[in-house]
Amino acid sequence: MPKIPLKWLEESVDLVPGSTPEDVAAALVKVGLEEEGIEGGGITGPLVIGRVLSQVKEVASNGKTVNYCRVDVGEHNDPAGPGHKPDNKEEYPSSKGIVCGAHNFHEGDFVVCILPGGVLPGPFPIGGRKTYGHWSDGMICSAKELGLGEDHDGIIVLASPSGASEVTFPGLVAEEDLVPGASAIGLLGLDESTIEINVTPDRGYSFSVRGVAREYSHSTGQVFRDPADVAVTGSAGDGFGVVVEDGTPVRGRVGCDRFVARRLTGFSADAASPSWMKRRLEQAGMRPISLAVDVTNYVMLELGQPLHAYDLAQVSEPIVVRRASAGEKLTTLDDVTRELHAEDLVIADSAGGHGARAIGLAGVMGGAETEVSDATTDILLEAAHFDAVTIARTARRHRLGSEASRRFERGVDTRLQVAAVERALSLMQEFGGGKIEDVYTDLDETVAPEQIAMDVAYPSTIVGVEYPADEVVDALEKVGCVVDRDYESLLVTPPTWRPDLDSAITLVEEVARLRGYDNLPSVLPVAPPGRGLTHGQKVRRAVARTLAESGLTEVLTYPFISESRLDDLGIPDEDPRRDWVALANPLSAELPLMRTTMLATLVDAVRVNLGRGAQDVAVYELGRAYQAKHIGTLPTVDSTDGGIAPSEVEALNEALPGQPRRVAGIMAGNRVPAGWNGHATAWGWADALAAVERVASAAGVAVSVTQGARMPWHPGRGATYWLDNGEFVGHAGELHPKVCETLGLPPRSVAFEVVLDPLIRESDGVIAAATPVSQQVLAKEDFAFVVSTEVAAGDLVNVVKHAGGDLVEDATVFDVFTGEQVGEGRKSVAINVRLRAADHTLSADEVLGVREAIIAAASEKFEAVLR
Amino acid sequence: MTEISPLDGAAVDAAVTEALAAIAAATDLDELKEARLAHTGDKAALTLANRQIGGLEPADKATAGKNMGKARGRVNQAIAGRQEELEAERDARVLVEETVDVTLPVSRELKGARHPLETMQELMCDTFVAMGWEVAEGPEMEAEWFNFDALNFDPDHPAREMQDTFFIDPPEAGIVLRTHTSPVQVRAALERRDALQNEGRGIYVVCPGKTFRTDELDATHTPVFHQIEGLAVDKGLTMAHLKGTLDAFARSLFGPDAVTRLRPSFFPFTEPSAEMDLRCFVCGGADNDCRTCSGTGWIEWGGCGMTHPNVLRSAGINPDEYTAFAFGMGVERTLMFRHGVKDMRDMVEGDIRFSQQFGMEI
Repeated sequence: MPKIPLKWLEESVDLVPGSTPEDVAAALVKVGLEEEGIEGGGITGPLVIGRVLSQVKEVASNGKTVNYCRVDVGEHNDPAGPGHKPDNKEEYPSSKGIVCGAHNFHEGDFVVCILPGGVLPGPFPIGGRKTYGHWSDGMICSAKELGLGEDHDGIIVLASPSGASEVTFPGLVAEEDLVPGASAIGLLGLDESTIEINVTPDRGYSFSVRGVAREYSHSTGQVFRDPADVAVTGSAGDGFGVVVEDGTPVRGRVGCDRFVARRLTGFSADAASPSWMKRRLEQAGMRPISLAVDVTNYVMLELGQPLHAYDLAQVSEPIVVRRASAGEKLTTLDDVTRELHAEDLVIADSAGGHGARAIGLAGVMGGAETEVSDATTDILLEAAHFDAVTIARTARRHRLGSEASRRFERGVDTRLQVAAVERALSLMQEFGGGKIEDVYTDLDETVAPEQIAMDVAYPSTIVGVEYPADEVVDALEKVGCVVDRDYESLLVTPPTWRPDLDSAITLVEEVARLRGYDNLPSVLPVAPPGRGLTHGQKVRRAVARTLAESGLTEVLTYPFISESRLDDLGIPDEDPRRDWVALANPLSAELPLMRTTMLATLVDAVRVNLGRGAQDVAVYELGRAYQAKHIGTLPTVDSTDGGIAPSEVEALNEALPGQPRRVAGIMAGNRVPAGWNGHATAWGWADALAAVERVASAAGVAVSVTQGARMPWHPGRGATYWLDNGEFVGHAGELHPKVCETLGLPPRSVAFEVVLDPLIRESDGVIAAATPVSQQVLAKEDFAFVVSTEVAAGDLVNVVKHAGGDLVEDATVFDVFTGEQVGEGRKSVAINVRLRAADHTLSADEVLGVREAIIAAASEKFEAVLR
Repeated sequence: MTEISPLDGAAVDAAVTEALAAIAAATDLDELKEARLAHTGDKAALTLANRQIGGLEPADKATAGKNMGKARGRVNQAIAGRQEELEAERDARVLVEETVDVTLPVSRELKGARHPLETMQELMCDTFVAMGWEVAEGPEMEAEWFNFDALNFDPDHPAREMQDTFFIDPPEAGIVLRTHTSPVQVRAALERRDALQNEGRGIYVVCPGKTFRTDELDATHTPVFHQIEGLAVDKGLTMAHLKGTLDAFARSLFGPDAVTRLRPSFFPFTEPSAEMDLRCFVCGGADNDCRTCSGTGWIEWGGCGMTHPNVLRSAGINPDEYTAFAFGMGVERTLMFRHGVKDMRDMVEGDIRFSQQFGMEI
């Protein structure tokens, strides 16, 4: 995001007197430019130019090699003679002693020193101190320490007359300013602050000093001076030949609707950029390269118009702006050869035929073959206006976001091109000489912004604040609109730099933000009486609560899984839980799939807790698992007339993957840990089943259970739950021992997973009918049936209930055992039956009748024998 | 044992005194029983004396009866009194002996807990439900049309890139993991459009739920997170109503003094758009070193604005007739600053100790 040096900003708008950088940032926030950071300032001297007189390398006791330097710092020098202890020798010339750990410099180099009394950003106050056996008076500074950038290693070398060292910022400080002892703060621009702002996608014009200055003016009322107001010399006409040949516009928009080209000849190839320009480029986060390139960048940062300089000698007339041909290759400035896409817009020249050679990826990056070099004396400068969509697609396709593409894809002023070229060429001429061609090329097919009609009261009705008509007009004129108020509604022509102003509502925002949002009234609207939470929302809350109250802790796991997780869970090949949805761009290549069962990710939560020392872990999660069904391309939607149609919504919904709501839990270790008052009770298969029963009863739905469950459950200790209509609800029970082993879960961990949607659907709108509570006397009858071990207790109970008829209030199993007393292959199931009539006390005969009926039924169905 | 005469008042008194002394001397119920047997039993002096009454001269019977009645009455009363005292002492002693250590751990069953992100969403929803709003939900795997197009995201606009979207394979299928809960706003508006247009019933919904963006997990980012958004569509709604709603929401979560402020911003689906800040509820802007607001006095809470007319059009609602506002905030972020959670990883890793710090209601 753009970094705006305040000194630069001040050239286009006066700052409010006495403003701190924070004040400027706050003023910009008010109109919608959020501050990302403030750099610079925070250094106080003495920070001076130093010249290294002597440099003695010494290996310190920690093995590190350091330099003991005597540095000439002019007026700050100690007098000639012995230094401080322990460096008190007699022969030192007038200088200061400084210990430095960097090695990228040599004797005779000009460097930057901070001396005792100075303060570096942090703040880090600097003092003299003994270090590595020497007295060191301050530091020789690196670029990073001074906040001049992260990408320079070692200390700053401003100049190296011997040529032995690489100069860090060539030309940043002019030769005549390299005076030992001179303050470096101003020379390095360290007294200047830079504000980095976050520009929202609708405000492309704020990617420039020009745009930010205008916004600052909107916020503070300070006078704005447009830096694009430059006197244009010469005239448009028959300049360097350029044609636009776009036979395949993207989304009906021609790729280039303006192209200005102008020559500068006789330019001095070795001319350097002035130090102030380099400094500002550095402050704005760009590296100075050469005069021609620096100027194009400088003018882009200032005005927001990307520019490109070609070596005229390398370009064959005419330039053709066209779409790339499939398979065409271009080596861009970053020395990467790219294969182009037929939708990419290229700048081509006519070397080898009309428009035959691509020399640039339009609006994104220039080509290497025609770039300006240190031998370039004739320059062709391009300032164009490219279509935002074409540029955005190309930048994305080639993963090549550049300063130019960032601006074009957000929209560039269509009226800037001639001024930007004028400004850039005159800067090049000022510092590098040469002659600017009188006649320049200006292909201009741009369309003026469309007028927008807006009722002058519209902003008030949207914002809820009274804006007088004059204020509305004033605000719009301030942002650059031309307002025709001779009609009932205003006719507003937005400025060319605001392509985002395309409808009345966008104008409302301008009026509102110029007044500011600080004093918006606060009025609570009254909604019509609502219907409260839906049944499903209430059921989910009840389910979540009942599980938490049963000792399980709710967790939220990421839904991303690997295929191998499904293998670990033992899910067979043809299982619907292998009908996964895959991500096209997963965060991690190891987890490219979306879970098809909640257990697949819930195990991770269990493992995290075990890994952190927990022994007993019971977790649950309410969420969704996903099923691909059949992923085809979604139907397209036409909402241009009256919005999306119900049938279209239905078609979209139908085509989306399955994503039912589920709840699942895993319990490992003990449900009741051992304590002073009792032994431990482990979580068992029955607890998992009980959890499902609680979930069903929280939803108010009766479910039935059958023996057995799919993987990952234990084949003999798993259960399946069903609705009365036969719809599948879920599984519960002990996990398969192999699954526990593979996934590192404690042996005999138990789990359940339930699909909530059927439970919610089944109970929605159902009003439970109450049965009267009988006040008659209860009769209890116990039965101990011996049956084959194959007989399911649940089935036996069902038969008992059925046989007892209406008089059975409840029947529960209270004991099950096997052993010698009952015989091989048989078990005893003890059932307690509670009998009660609605309207009378049961007689002994009635009870006996029921008892006999139950015994007979059990005997008939299961060959049950009463013990 | 010396036999006494029921007529010998002094002797009777002496026997009574002796009995009372023995009763008083009894230190427990057993000793009292002994004393009772000794002084009221068959062989006790007073019993024997009483038995003599029958053989006395009629003239003496009355006197003797009176003597003995009084004497035995005193003794029995003393026994009953002492019995009561000793029983009370015994009961008190037994209760003391039965004392337990109530500081022992009493509940051994594992304790469960809700996840605070879930209870936070419920709290947020309840605030709005109390104002008559409804809670709308939608799919997590969403059609691109609902996630972007319906919300006025141009297919090539850089705003679409702001979102860092997870695409379902194959990408041309047009299915994404929703990057915000805003698609639910459109769905909810569609479902309620007829009631709006035919019955004049304004649409007031909040949309909580899980959302996804391709951020790596760190202390302040998570690829899977939760949002709550609000949408109101009615005649005559303005930004002032938006501000009023946000203030009410802020008060319900942060107390009666909570205030919000708006700053201009940009979202494709709102115009005008604003960032919403909450006045720091810890320091109120008074503490330059406040750790909750970093000394700025304000906490960034979410985004909001007047719903863009194009969004209303997508839902078939005429923007010339109805206006709408929308807002949205991150549930994780709210939990972080409301409860001082320092690291987002605590919320997503599934460590049960994190959830167990919070109650069933947050």
